[in-house]
This record gives sequence, C-alpha cells and structure tokens, in this order.
Amino acid sequence: MPLPVVRNQASSPEDYSALDLNLALTTKWLVAFLREEVTSRRGFSTVVVGLSGGVDSALSTYLCARAFGPANVVAVRMPYATSSRESLDHAQLVIDDLGVRSETFEITRAVDGLAGLAVDVSPLRKGNFMARMRMVVLFDLAAKENGIPVGTGNKTERLFGYFTWHGDDAPPVNPLGDLFKSQVWALARYVGVPSVIVDKAPTADLVRGQTDEADLGISYRKADLILHYVLQGYTPERLVDWGFGAGEVHTVVRRLNRTHWKRNLPATAIVSSTAIGEYYLRPTDYSPPLPGAR
Amino acid sequence: MGTPLLVRVGQAQFAPVFGDYAANVARFGELASQALDERCDLLVLPETSLSGYFLEGAVLDVARTGEEVLADLAESFAQRCPSGSPLDVLVGFYELFEGNVFNAALYATLGAIGGPRARHIHRKMFLPTYGVFDEQRFVARGRSLRAFTTRFGPMAILICEDVWHSVTATILALRGARFIHAISSSPARGFGTDPPWNVRKWIDLLQVIAEEHAVFVTHTARVGFENGKGFGGGSAALTPDGAVVTQGPTIEEALLCTTFDMRDLQVARVRQPLVTDLEAVAADLALELGDAARHVRSSAVAGEEVED
Repeated sequence: MPLPVVRNQASSPEDYSALDLNLALTTKWLVAFLREEVTSRRGFSTVVVGLSGGVDSALSTYLCARAFGPANVVAVRMPYATSSRESLDHAQLVIDDLGVRSETFEITRAVDGLAGLAVDVSPLRKGNFMARMRMVVLFDLAAKENGIPVGTGNKTERLFGYFTWHGDDAPPVNPLGDLFKSQVWALARYVGVPSVIVDKAPTADLVRGQTDEADLGISYRKADLILHYVLQGYTPERLVDWGFGAGEVHTVVRRLNRTHWKRNLPATAIVSSTAIGEYYLRPTDYSPPLPGAR
Repeated sequence: MGTPLLVRVGQAQFAPVFGDYAANVARFGELASQALDERCDLLVLPETSLSGYFLEGAVLDVARTGEEVLADLAESFAQRCPSGSPLDVLVGFYELFEGNVFNAALYATLGAIGGPRARHIHRKMFLPTYGVFDEQRFVARGRSLRAFTTRFGPMAILICEDVWHSVTATILALRGARFIHAISSSPARGFGTDPPWNVRKWIDLLQVIAEEHAVFVTHTARVGFENGKGFGGGSAALTPDGAVVTQGPTIEEALLCTTFDMRDLQVARVRQPLVTDLEAVAADLALELGDAARHVRSSAVAGEEVED
C-alpha cells in the first residue's frame, strides 16, 4: 500500500506573505524610532513633512503625529502649477484628519524662474527642479520652525532609484526607508490614512497623468516580492524557475543594479589612510561628551 | 559555607546612552540600587552596556581596562548603594587589554567586605561580521570559554553570537557551569510577528541550552536605537527544564527579577541526565572535534592547490 505523500511547498510568485508585517508592532517601532532620532539624538521637538497627497507622505505624517503630537508637526504642501487638484485635496484630508499644522508653499515661480534660465528643459529636468526646490523649501521651513525635515521615501523607490538625488531623499530622518511600497500601503491602512489616498494609483505628480507603475513597467506588489528575494541573495534565474516572469525579474534587477550610486554618498578620491567613511568611521548618532564636560 | 539554595537574579533591559561611558556608569549605580531594593543577589547588564554597540572606530574612545571598569562601577555603586549589602554584577563593555579592544563582560562582587573583586572577564569569541554587523573590523576575538566560581556556584558568560553556536554552551556545561548568562545587543529584525524574528529565535536557542545541559540560563538584551537600528529587548530567564519563567517586554526598558531555586537543577538532571551522558563521551567528542577541525583545514588547503 503506497504511503501518503507529503510535499514541500515551493516558493510561489503568488505568495506575498513574506512581506506581511505585524502592523501594531511596526507602528510602535517606527514611532519609537522617530522619537529617538528626532528628539533624543538631535534635540528637536518639531518636524516638517512635505505632504504631497500620496500615501508615503501621508503615512509619515500620521506616524509623526503619533510620535510628537499634531501641534508639533508641520505638513507642507508644495504644489507646482501642473500639480493635480486631487493631490492638494488629499493632502488637506490628512491635515484635517490629524489636526497638524500646515503650510502651502507654491513652488511654481521658483521652478519656472530657474527653468527660464536654462535651455530646452526636458520634463525630467523640470521634475528634478521641482524635487530639489521642495527640498529647499522643506529645509528652510525647518529652520524657521526650529524643526527637522522627516523623510517619506519608501524602500522600493529607493531600490529603484526612483527619486531625485539630493531632492526627496534629503531629510535626515526617514521612518519609511526600509518598508516596501506594499508594506507602506498596509501600514497606512492600519494607522488610518484615508482609503481614497491608499487606494489610488501612486504618482510622482510631476507630469499630468503619469503613474509610478507605468513608469516602472511593473506593479509595485510584484516588484516588492522580487526585490525581497533578490536582496536575500536569490539569483534571477531561480526566481524565473519559481514562476516569476523573466521580463519582470529583468526589469527589477536592471533598475536595482543601475542605481546603487543613488543610495550612497558621492565617490570621493582617497589619498590618505584617514579618509572619511573609509578609514575614519564614526556612526551618524555618535556625539560623545567633550573632554572635561562632566 | 555552601552556596545558597535561592539565587535572585536581576536583568537590566535598558537603553545605554550612546557613546557616553560616564553616563552609563552613573546609570549602572541607579540600576544597582533598584536591584538591591528588589533583593537581587546578582545584576546583569547587556552587551556593551557602558557605551552602546554600533560605535565603529569610536570603540577606542569608550574602551576601558577591566581594572578601570571595576573601579568605576564600585564608585558608582558606593554612591548609590550605601546600604552595605553586597551585589554581584555582570556588565558588558568594550575592554582595552594589552593593546587590543575586546567585546567583553566583567563579573564582579561589589559592596563586600574587602572591597570590589573581579571574578572573571569573558571576551566574545564569535564576532559577527556580516549584514548589519562589522565587529571583526573593530575588536579582537576572545580565545577561551571558562566557568568561574561565584558565591552562587559556577557560572559562565556568553556574548551574543557566542550563543548561536551550540558548541559553546556544550563546552561550558562540561566545565561545570550551573548558570549560563547570555548578554546581547541584538538589532530587531523581522517584523512579521510580535515579538520580532530575532527575539523569538533567541528564545529557541536559550531553551535548547537550558534543557540540553540542565542549566539556569539568563539572556539580558538591550533596547533603544543607534543610527536607526533598534534593539528589541525580550530578555529572558529560564530554568533547567527549558521553561521561560521571566520575559521582558519588546522595545521598553525593564528590570527582570527571577528567583532561581538551585534544587531545580538536580530535578532536571535526574529526570533527563543528558549532561552525564555528555561527560561520558566528552573525550571521544574532543577527538572528533579535533579530527573535524583538521578535515576543515586540509580541505581548505587542498582547495588552494592548483593542479598542472
């Protein structure tokens, strides 16, 4: 009589459970992280968040409101002339729901002034102008408020290099940078970000009608799962063997491998054995008491 | 005078001030005072608790000799604990020793007649250098595993990755340890569950050690953040049957207090005499381990040879 057979479960391109988060614990953890990095380490009690109307910045704002209280969070809308009305309205939903402080800073004149000095400005260059202008505004408002900018970039866009270098990646503290986009969606739902924001198609809103997933050529959900395995060391060939589409895997790996430079500091010519960050290594948070200070 | 039947162990799951040795020595005095209030015989602090962990090249700034640490802890203890009650302490720190920096732990008795007395220093043997860890770049490796004598019987110390290799606890059990104290600075990761993956994994490891070798086990973990990396806590105390009898919270600070009854050791060893079995085959195991080590070396050397 044949024995009953028990088979192992192979990894499946339709099994997204590897990306599951314990949402209560993750929320508690990110709130603790924000308090530690903003207040304990850097001595700030006010934070400034660029609020685009999208899910990433909404989630950052919700987490900051929990960490510091709504009165200590300044949400900044920075629309350009072509920004959609919907983005502004969705940002307002967040502001109203949380009761955080808010500012609206129109960047159109600044961006157009800069673009007017340049020649043949492509949509890509103009998008970079906008991202970097928003960075300038954010840091300036932080200085005015004696606060610190908090970032909104997620792990997927960081791994894809889908951001403007020294633009939207500039804030010194980022609670979302190790969360894939699909994890951002789950956490956003959990903390109460309005569903109209969570459920809409993600867009950088730099060009009318543009969506992230159309730009990237793959859905965030699928990209996140592929990235999850690639980052653990599984080869593209194995992922294809498991049933992932070869084109999807190629798209993800190509974007990942072409953008390592965006996730690192500038390449610096090394001429000594005390080069900063190579030989002389001190962590970001290290700030020892001065000799004799105690 | 024999060893006491009951031993009360305090475990300080706390967040050291990053890079500030003096502040952490001062905090030690507070924790020692609280431990005495809780009638603890021994207080255990986590790995690198006098400085914080991810210091990179700054380990040189915070490293101290064992003698300096003993003197500083004794002074802090005297200021905060004038009651005259002795307290044994186990404290993780970056140690300066003969020109090298080690990730170490000091076991000492404070407040006793005759002054502070160091009983043992364990230097971390397994230095993780992968992923988020980079220890071998900054500290030297310890070379020995020892049980040492205390007022409460023979004890031993393991630091973080030391625990993740089961052979270390096996050696300490053979050396007669009745308590194995593990200390760690383990960054939390794997947030699919509460507690996170690494906290759950620690409990699995500790239960195997406690039950296999019928020893009391404590694991004192830290909390707080350094450079975005957070430490999950989840410290634990286990009896020789592998039961977790005290467990600290995730994320938050806590002082765990556990009264161990030394008679539980005998109960566990009679019920499941695995340590006796281990002792019986220890000599054969040592030979096997030696053979295996030679095999590893000869395989590696053979792999380096290129045939014409």
